[in-house]
Amino acid sequence: MNHLSEEELILHYYGEEGDSPEAALHLNECAECRELYGSLQRVLNVVNTLPVPEMAPDYGTQVWRRIERHVPARRRWWFTGPAWRWAAAGTAFAGLLVAAFTAGRFYQRSPAPTAIAKADPAAHEKILLVAVGDYLERSQMVLIELANADPKASLDISAEQERAGDLVSESRLYRQTAAHTGDTAVSNVLDDVDRVLMDIARGPSQLSPAELENVRRRLEAEGILLKIRVLSSNMRNHEGPEAQPAAGQKL
Amino acid sequence: MELTDAAIVSRARAGDTDAFRELVERHSRSLFRLAFRMTGNQQDAEDVVQESFLRAYRQLASFDDRASFGTWMYRIASNCSLDLVRARKRRNDRTVPADDDRAEDPMAQLPSTDPTPERIALSGEVRQRVADAMEELSPTERTAFVLRHFEGMRMEEVGRVLECQPGAAKHSVFRAVQKLRRALDPLVSVAR
Repeated sequence: MNHLSEEELILHYYGEEGDSPEAALHLNECAECRELYGSLQRVLNVVNTLPVPEMAPDYGTQVWRRIERHVPARRRWWFTGPAWRWAAAGTAFAGLLVAAFTAGRFYQRSPAPTAIAKADPAAHEKILLVAVGDYLERSQMVLIELANADPKASLDISAEQERAGDLVSESRLYRQTAAHTGDTAVSNVLDDVDRVLMDIARGPSQLSPAELENVRRRLEAEGILLKIRVLSSNMRNHEGPEAQPAAGQKL
Repeated sequence: MELTDAAIVSRARAGDTDAFRELVERHSRSLFRLAFRMTGNQQDAEDVVQESFLRAYRQLASFDDRASFGTWMYRIASNCSLDLVRARKRRNDRTVPADDDRAEDPMAQLPSTDPTPERIALSGEVRQRVADAMEELSPTERTAFVLRHFEGMRMEEVGRVLECQPGAAKHSVFRAVQKLRRALDPLVSVAR
């Protein structure tokens, strides 16, 4: 009779020997292996007696207080501020885009525009990249929240709807600008995102688990989140190396 | 409605520090348990928890949305603990060992003669022996063992945390259990 190896006994203890009942059957029949297995169980059970201090329920808050000053607040106000800030920011972006677009057109028609004509398209593109990048990030947040919501219960999405509605109004100018500049890649993704956001904004504010599942399936089928990620990543690459995340960094 | 980790992570990635605070409050206690079992020391474990969250914040951009935030944090905390344990081991290797009462005392080397397993299990001596046996494990063996034995991770998950193949993770667990058996078998045999 082939006895069980120590490795097999360890895997059996942790329930990792797969679906094969061989170890259990063998242990029933073989007193020698049973004795070894008993000794293994006793050792591992005694290891469990090693105590771990129980931290207070507010330990997480204590940890946060200690590290808070090392966690820089980045654009925090954007997410906690009132709605008028969004409106103001949207108007400011829109103004900037229109100005840049008009300036670009004007200088292209000028008789001696050499230096300016070369500089303007770049500035124009940069403004579009920054504005659209920010818009995509916020759209992604709304969609991820819906995609990750608990599907077991009905969900009130009125807050998400409001944000989706704001994003739809904001995107119109970006889409027009992208279309004017012939940036079809940006324009197509913006159209796709816009359609989903518009349906969310105009749909019911209470979603049943089935409706939520439909939203999730649609996002998956149309690959919206992936498209956003790819476009955002391309934009970061265009914005410059400082904007890129640290890739391949060992944890 | 309580938001999922993934939803909170997406907010934190966008710069919402309140969202990151929520993640810290959710995961600190479980990370502390892991870190304590890895380091065997409360102060070290608390340092590991703090350092892990700071590393996580710096690396949020590289977090894959499809992954579990909890598993990702375990990986960071395990690596922080490994760094600390390795540094401590290097320090100890360089210093002359301090007088160890237990090493000097031949009686302390003998297994307890207490005939009641429950009492033995609860005794400070057994705990000390277990802690000592854990200290004898290499950092990788200790990590693999803690993740498999205490945290209940499957070998594949242990491999992911250790960034190695499941087979290599399995062998680290085997070596850890074998060492623990050698160190603790005499103790539990007497206790029977």
